Amino acid sequence: MLIYAVCGAGIGTSVLLKSNAERALSMLGIEAEVRAVSIDEARGADKMAQVILATPEILDQLAGIPAEVIAINNIFDLGELGEKLKATLS
Amino acid sequence: MLSSYFGPGSIVTQGTSPSFVAAVTQSVSLLVASGKTELSYVDEVLESLKTLGPYFVIAPGLALAHAKPSDSVLAPGMALLRLDEPVISGSANDPVSLIFSFCSPNASEHMEMLGDFGQLMSTDQVMNNLLNASALSVIEDILLKNAL
Repeated sequence: MLIYAVCGAGIGTSVLLKSNAERALSMLGIEAEVRAVSIDEARGADKMAQVILATPEILDQLAGIPAEVIAINNIFDLGELGEKLKATLS
Repeated sequence: MLSSYFGPGSIVTQGTSPSFVAAVTQSVSLLVASGKTELSYVDEVLESLKTLGPYFVIAPGLALAHAKPSDSVLAPGMALLRLDEPVISGSANDPVSLIFSFCSPNASEHMEMLGDFGQLMSTDQVMNNLLNASALSVIEDILLKNAL
């Protein structure tokens, strides 16, 4: 299972999203690789992730990418992350 | 340790700010004043805000202003401007009272910093305590001494 945590530059928000997604996944007992990438990297990736995590502002720019996109409003809310990941992955 | 990324004078509280852009400018300027980056990084952050919109408002009431790693940056650093009266950014997470900013000289040196930051901010009550802190010392205790 490959998950992309995406933000504009692939440097700040995506890194935070990745580290908190990893925490949420480990609480759920789900094994997955989470990579922090920029929008451009997500669009041009050789190996497409099954799931993309992103903040609502950039959803438009992710349109057309063949992956399930999950919008995360509060990236510090492990409850929100866990629930949305669980709903998508199960 | 998260505390090592906050330079001297990099945490400030004040009543209000004229606008979200002004608050972001001031927060990033704290990185400049505390010796983490050169002045040109402020323009890089504002340019990125102009192009991408308020994408760095990443949680209710909280912004994490930043631009891509750049040659302007001297060392990985963080700063915080906490406003008593929040400002409007145009994000779904408005209004915004906590304007954090960070800088990194390359794509790897800030990983540990953001990991620690994410862990702290995900801890119960940390966000509320920062939003409601009555004094600068309370905020410093949370961010610099990890005292909740």
